[in-house]
Amino acid sequence: MERIVIAARQLEVSYGGTQALRGVSLDIPARQVTALIGPSGCGKSTFLRSINRMNDLTEGVRVRGSLTFHSREIYGPDWDVTDLRRRVGMVFQRPNPFPMSVYDNVAYGPRIHGVRGRGRLEGIVEASLRAAGLWEEVRDRLKKSALDLSGGQQQRLCIARALAVEPEVLLMDEVTSALDPVSTARVEELICDLRERCTIVLVTHSLPQARRAADRTAFFLSGELVEQGETARLFTLPRDPRTRDYVAGRFG
Amino acid sequence: MMSLGRRIYSGAVRLMLWASASAVCALLLWLSGCVLFRGVPGLSLELLTSQESVLHGTVGILPAAVNTLFVIAVTLALVLPLGVGAAVYLSEYAPSRRLAGAITFAADALAGLPSILYAMAGVILFCSALGLQKTLLAGALTLAVMNLPTVIRSTQESLRAVPRSCREGALGLGSGRWHMVRTLVLPASAGGIATGCMLAVGRVAGESAVLLYTAGLSTAMQDFTSLRGMAGASGATLTTVLYLYAKERADFAAAFSVATVLLALQLAIHLGTALAGRRRRR
Amino acid sequence: MTRRWAERVMGLLFLLCGLTAVALLALIAAYLFLSGLPAIRELGLGPFLLGRTWDPDTLQFGILPLLLASLWATAGAVVLGVPAGFFTALFLAKAAPPRLAGLVRGAVDLLAGMPSVVVGLVGMTVLVPLLRERLSLPAGDTLLAAILMLAVMLLPPVIAVSQDALAAVPAAYEEASLALGATPEETWLRVTAPAARSGLAAAAALGVGRALGEATAVLMVAGNVANMPSLLSSVRLLTTGIAIEMNYAAPGSLHRQALFSIALVLFVLVVLVNILLTLALRRGRGAR
Repeated sequence: MERIVIAARQLEVSYGGTQALRGVSLDIPARQVTALIGPSGCGKSTFLRSINRMNDLTEGVRVRGSLTFHSREIYGPDWDVTDLRRRVGMVFQRPNPFPMSVYDNVAYGPRIHGVRGRGRLEGIVEASLRAAGLWEEVRDRLKKSALDLSGGQQQRLCIARALAVEPEVLLMDEVTSALDPVSTARVEELICDLRERCTIVLVTHSLPQARRAADRTAFFLSGELVEQGETARLFTLPRDPRTRDYVAGRFG
Repeated sequence: MMSLGRRIYSGAVRLMLWASASAVCALLLWLSGCVLFRGVPGLSLELLTSQESVLHGTVGILPAAVNTLFVIAVTLALVLPLGVGAAVYLSEYAPSRRLAGAITFAADALAGLPSILYAMAGVILFCSALGLQKTLLAGALTLAVMNLPTVIRSTQESLRAVPRSCREGALGLGSGRWHMVRTLVLPASAGGIATGCMLAVGRVAGESAVLLYTAGLSTAMQDFTSLRGMAGASGATLTTVLYLYAKERADFAAAFSVATVLLALQLAIHLGTALAGRRRRR
Repeated sequence: MTRRWAERVMGLLFLLCGLTAVALLALIAAYLFLSGLPAIRELGLGPFLLGRTWDPDTLQFGILPLLLASLWATAGAVVLGVPAGFFTALFLAKAAPPRLAGLVRGAVDLLAGMPSVVVGLVGMTVLVPLLRERLSLPAGDTLLAAILMLAVMLLPPVIAVSQDALAAVPAAYEEASLALGATPEETWLRVTAPAARSGLAAAAALGVGRALGEATAVLMVAGNVANMPSLLSSVRLLTTGIAIEMNYAAPGSLHRQALFSIALVLFVLVVLVNILLTLALRRGRGAR
């Protein structure tokens, strides 16, 4: 049995009175890709943003129940949010590179966390860009603005930027929804490769993507976790009728 | 755990932000505190409702207050139609984008000119060339030009907020351009125009450099009962009379009292602007 | 029929407004330019700009002391006022709880509305004596006092423009930084501010323009002796040089023409600053 990195027990999240998650219990095993699927507004993104506490930025958010990272309560008093977020990285729906050079984008995280020295930074930047499959494309334009890259390259740059602080978990929030099919395929390949380095939680509204990239899949509906399990099993032999309808494309 | 260095850095930045904002607030409180502390005791009904008398050695600022209102009214009467008209022409009529761009550029460039330069231009253009001498009218004309860019810009901004589809709908129904402007565009942007006007009023009420050199410094009551009297009226406004008392006569008690009146006026204008803004948001 | 007439008349009227506005603005620029030239032509550009003595009685019109005093006063005010304005703007745009931000914004608006004569009055009656006593000077009317006045006058516009620039930075940049484990403060200074740099540059340029052009408040505290500038002595700036003598110079005299030439120099300086400002804004837009 693989080790559990993130565990939710009866997790409830509400935004100023609106209940977004109702009693979700879910285990996320190490070094695997876990996909969260479901129609929009089902709570999958809320769950994702609870893990690195990006929810804190939303006004009036309330969290109850238990959500742990390596058995420590994420919403407990002894966590330093900056430390949590360094260990649990995130890539967003729209590529959001900073308006600076490619190099400075990737070096931003390490610099914030106190890495000094040109040699060390250059090493980290190259390794991260390689891991994101972007090195060959940008090695000659590290000093150029990141905003000049194509959309797909920008998103892989954001992945490299997240990898540069060596996170244990990478949260990906519909990272291919703003990309063209070719770029999407490259990012999906990348996700499969990254499994070697860290645990990945992937929110997606594309069922084929979940099928291709995820080891395990969890289906959310109206703030509840309906069903979870190995991806192949969940898609071929869904236990809940709602899951069956959703994976058959009858709604959503 | 976050390193000590980062903790100190973040704490220091936050401290700087709060300190700067507090300093700005403290500055406002200190300035208005100084004015009120020394100005309020000198306020009296007599001061506000009489004119200066050399014979009795008394100070009265009624003429200055009336002059101020006169200058505000004349400036507004000139700049409002001209500025709104120019903005409407630029946004709704102007045949070429390029022309509109050039005019906007000119307005923007002149918006940045300091008031002392407007004062100089007013002295040559209105006092000398137009033969108005040092009169409130010449001052108001100069101030109208000075506030023209402000009114044009704020009107243009609020005209821009009227959706294109509304205009096309009206024009498509066969309405003339002026009809469309009158019934649709101007009503929709009235709030923005009002805000622009309040801005201009605030600037006129607080302006001193222009009026020092174009409007005269008499402290006697002028004749506002006839058009001829109005055209020839020449005298100090609240700001210039304050300057006169402080700098030329060293009568600081009177200067602070005038300053108090000016602050009250600015507060009223500020509240008026806020009100216009609130109405616009609705 | 009448409606068609109304349409035509109003169209003409709006055209007239547009033309008048443009004509007035052009006239101002042209007059400032033309009336500034005669004295410069008579005195020579070199002696006028670089002459160290300004003395109307002996017909010596060198404005170097005024020019340098203006530049020093502006530099001092910008060094003091722009960072304070920038941090206040950052506070308002990012750090302040919404209610408090509303209050502070109101304070900034009121400060913006404070007439420069009123600021000058407080300067001459409170600040100048204070400087004299604290620094044991013969007189408190100094370049230092002028710098402090200008710093006050440039705060509100600098705050307003920087705040707009900072608020316009997309939230996605800040989210990305926070998600990497940066603190909000690190994010504001290392991501938000660089992303808003063209707007912040515009704010600084606006501050420079404001400081260069302010006359009344400085006039009341600077002492107005045309010395070569030093921090603790009385100075005369370009603006106050015009202001102090404008009501006394005889019409048509070289003295009066020289005052208009000072105005021309000021005009050129301010236009230069405005061009830099426009360039800064355009570059910001160009960089997406």
